Amino acid sequence: MLAWTIYLSFAGALALALMPKGRPALSRWLALAVAVAGLVLAVLGFVAGMGQGRVTFVDLPWVPAMGIHFLLAADGISRVLVLLTGLAAVAGVLFSWNIELRTNEFFAFYLALIGGVYGVFLSFDLFLLFVFYEIAIVPKYFLIAIWGSTRREYAAMKLALYSFAGSAMVLIGLLAAYATAGSHSTTLDALAHANLPVSFQMGCFPLVFTGFAILAGMWPFHTWAPTGHVAAPTAASMLLAGVVMKLGAYGCLRVGIALFPRGLDPWGFSFIGIGSWRDVFAVLAVIGIVYGALVALAQSDFKFVIGYSSVSHMGFVLLGLMTLNQIGVSGAVMQMFSHGIIAGLLFAIVGRIVYERTHTRQLAELETMHLSQRLPFAAWAFVIAGMASMGMPGFSGFVAELQVLAGAWKVNPWWVAAAGVGVAVGVAYTWRALQKAFFSDALPSAHILEEEREHPFAAITWPEVTGVSLLLGASLLVGVWPRILLDTIEPAVKALLAGGVQ
Amino acid sequence: MNYSDLFRVTLPETMLELAALVVLIVDLGFLRKAALKVRVAVAALLGVVGCGLALVTVPLERVGLLDADDLNIIGTGGSVAFLQISILLLTVLTLLLLIDSQFTRHVGEYVSVVLMAASGGLLVVAAQDLLVIFIGLELMSLGLYILTAFDKSSGKSAEAALKYYLFGGMSAAFLLFGFSYIYGLSGSTNLYWIGDQIAFAGSSPLLYVAWICIVAGLSFKIAAVPFYFWAPDAYEGAPASAAAFIASVSKVASFGLLLTFSAFWLMPGGPISGQRDVIEQLLKGFYHAWQPLAVVLLVIAAASMIVGNLAALAQVSVRRLLAYSAIAHTGYILLGVAVKPVYTGQSSVFHFLLDSYLGTSRCFFSVLYYIVTYGLTTIGAFGVVSVVERATGSDRLDSFLGLHKRNPLLAAVLAILFLSLAGIPPLVGFWAKFNLFAAVLGVSAGPVPFALVALAVAMSAVSLYYYLQVLKRAYVMPAIDNSPIHAHPVTMAVLLLIAAAVVVLGCFPALLQNWIGSFYPA
Repeated sequence: MLAWTIYLSFAGALALALMPKGRPALSRWLALAVAVAGLVLAVLGFVAGMGQGRVTFVDLPWVPAMGIHFLLAADGISRVLVLLTGLAAVAGVLFSWNIELRTNEFFAFYLALIGGVYGVFLSFDLFLLFVFYEIAIVPKYFLIAIWGSTRREYAAMKLALYSFAGSAMVLIGLLAAYATAGSHSTTLDALAHANLPVSFQMGCFPLVFTGFAILAGMWPFHTWAPTGHVAAPTAASMLLAGVVMKLGAYGCLRVGIALFPRGLDPWGFSFIGIGSWRDVFAVLAVIGIVYGALVALAQSDFKFVIGYSSVSHMGFVLLGLMTLNQIGVSGAVMQMFSHGIIAGLLFAIVGRIVYERTHTRQLAELETMHLSQRLPFAAWAFVIAGMASMGMPGFSGFVAELQVLAGAWKVNPWWVAAAGVGVAVGVAYTWRALQKAFFSDALPSAHILEEEREHPFAAITWPEVTGVSLLLGASLLVGVWPRILLDTIEPAVKALLAGGVQ
Repeated sequence: MNYSDLFRVTLPETMLELAALVVLIVDLGFLRKAALKVRVAVAALLGVVGCGLALVTVPLERVGLLDADDLNIIGTGGSVAFLQISILLLTVLTLLLLIDSQFTRHVGEYVSVVLMAASGGLLVVAAQDLLVIFIGLELMSLGLYILTAFDKSSGKSAEAALKYYLFGGMSAAFLLFGFSYIYGLSGSTNLYWIGDQIAFAGSSPLLYVAWICIVAGLSFKIAAVPFYFWAPDAYEGAPASAAAFIASVSKVASFGLLLTFSAFWLMPGGPISGQRDVIEQLLKGFYHAWQPLAVVLLVIAAASMIVGNLAALAQVSVRRLLAYSAIAHTGYILLGVAVKPVYTGQSSVFHFLLDSYLGTSRCFFSVLYYIVTYGLTTIGAFGVVSVVERATGSDRLDSFLGLHKRNPLLAAVLAILFLSLAGIPPLVGFWAKFNLFAAVLGVSAGPVPFALVALAVAMSAVSLYYYLQVLKRAYVMPAIDNSPIHAHPVTMAVLLLIAAAVVVLGCFPALLQNWIGSFYPA
């Protein structure tokens, strides 16, 4: 059933690409229909998969000479991330309702990207996974370059080249693993059981992990993320932060950690407390958490604040992965879901609800606009989303970060201490942005009030309300009742940690 | 030598030559007063028919033309048949793209030269004797020089042809010089005999001189660094269909020749029998004789990847961009030709022979796969460039501005072809690269092949930048001129066919692999 999310998205993309121009309304509804159908399938698949382990949907020989299979399957981790993709896709279409330029092409690229993302999460053959991973690169480029804003061509090219460089590293690692394993199959199972030599795993793990982590926004390879997020049109930044960064993190987990588990073993010597690749990447993740938060604190562009906050939050995902224990890795998967929802929401509020009306994202200019009175919906939505983003109890972010930190504590309390600084700064930058953009102290003069009354902002539309409710509802539901996801995630993580890919 | 055999083996070449004569007779004899359009259509159609006749007569059985010692002079079947069929199919495509061009009034001559050059290509991939190889190469090359110069109204065309001709003459001299040394060392012009002789004699300084000369000559044909200077000029100056022909057919033929060389000289190919120590000595002899050549080829491969990709970054002319990207692709393919298993004496001879046979034949398959799909894609790319060029008068990057509005279908074809060249899945270019790199690592997973494959993958990441530069103009940047661009229906049909093939072969890579495999008996 879940496999149809992929086919449906690509079919939708093709239909939209072939559609005659000048029918924007039809394009929108078609895109929404496809995205909703994907979400429905994802939910049904999630519900049907509860309590089950891995389920294989399709297993066909694709390139028999090289042992490549068209193998689609899902375990708990995949099901959660497919659900996230479905939610983000629907919300993205809703927040792109006002795209008028080349509408059908926009949604065609959009659905192609979504299809690639579904494909990555559902592939259990290494090369199939890689193929879908690369398919997702090209639509991103065009989405940003054509429909973006600030320095869009630069940002789009930077994003495309970073992604492609990352995937080149992954490809080198995969070719090497394929040649070294000498197996006649490229399924993840076969490669995980190929008994790759420890020295080879030590060399290949950092290559593949870094390749994927570039897309997950790991410091110091994160610089594509803020520029890309800022330049992208709202729906694309929602997808970039919401699901594309998760592709990288998912690859780190599914390929990096599962195929090369011995690559994380200690080197046998240590240098300033760093004695394995695990320490290296954990330290980079912690630096990402703190650095992202500090930089977000200093931004003057509202969207850059969210962009850098993504780097910080993705640091938690990577830190969770590097704990290599049940609670930490489950927390990382949880954080992928949670950040996908919350970052999408924040980008939607800033990029669509606020920017499309005020035409500025500079905090200093927003300060003079009294948005709390003129756009109360945006203000309150941002207050709630901001609380979720800070990791307040009751929202998904809290559960996720708590688990990551608990897992990290077991390994190295210093990581937790440093990440704690990041959490504190996270409160500060969210607060600062909230205060400046919506609740500034400066009281408007009567004259300005008069003028503002004469030129009110466009009313909030139904797609915006629906999108915000959808995402906020998801975050609240998971925050209040985390078991709904954890029951699915935990067995899958346990299996993955226990024996490679089960 | 048996003349009936000669006739049987060279039937496709004969068909092409006959078709060339028929084209000349029809065009000069009957259509002198007809409109240019009609003449072009008739000539191209006759050429296509000639290629079709040649296609059905390509000999598939593996008994070629034998000399007095029962050694093959001209091979048939197997990879030879596959390469010949590919050359003919690619020639058909370039002829079809000719249909709406009007750069010359001498249509009959143009088509007949194309056919003759193609027959040279057929001979090159089949030949297994130095003299026949040389004749085939010259037959093809002379045709290519003429084709490059065919646009008489363009100064660039003449300049390109002169450069091409001078470089080509020099390379032919190098090649012949190298051949003469080989003949002196082995006493034969037959590749089987030469391979055995060289293996037993081991390496010598004279052999190195011969290697260097031959490599220089062949690097020119495949446009590898440092013998690539003609390529950007020829690609830029030649008429579009001639450039497409040079970029595809002549490249397939030249790589076919390189594969022949490497099959005979670089690995124990012939029937090996005898005592274990004799075989071991033979293997080591091969190793020592071929090692310097491998090093040279690998250096050339690495240099071609680097120079081609980096130089392409700076181009503003799309044809020159394609030329430099062709140099880069040459670098990738050379890896597949040059990486060979090394006999270290540790494993048993039997296992080594078996492994190296399997590994090298996989490498051969992947090289065949690569050159043919590359040829196909690049013909399509030149087709798109020529349509844009005719509408805007230039092949500069800026003439692609707003192509998605001016002709959405053409822009889509361009996007598919260029992304395939960049190696984005699920297009065929990705599988060609992946197939090749996996095969190279399968032959030898030592640090050197691994480093070269890593370099190749990294360089193809660089290549995405310049391919995207073209697509950016076509899709992203605002158009200066919004008038629609019209393409001839036949041209459009051919381009769509090529794009569809690139997608289908990319989604089902096994189709082409199985087809290549079907030329080899199990």
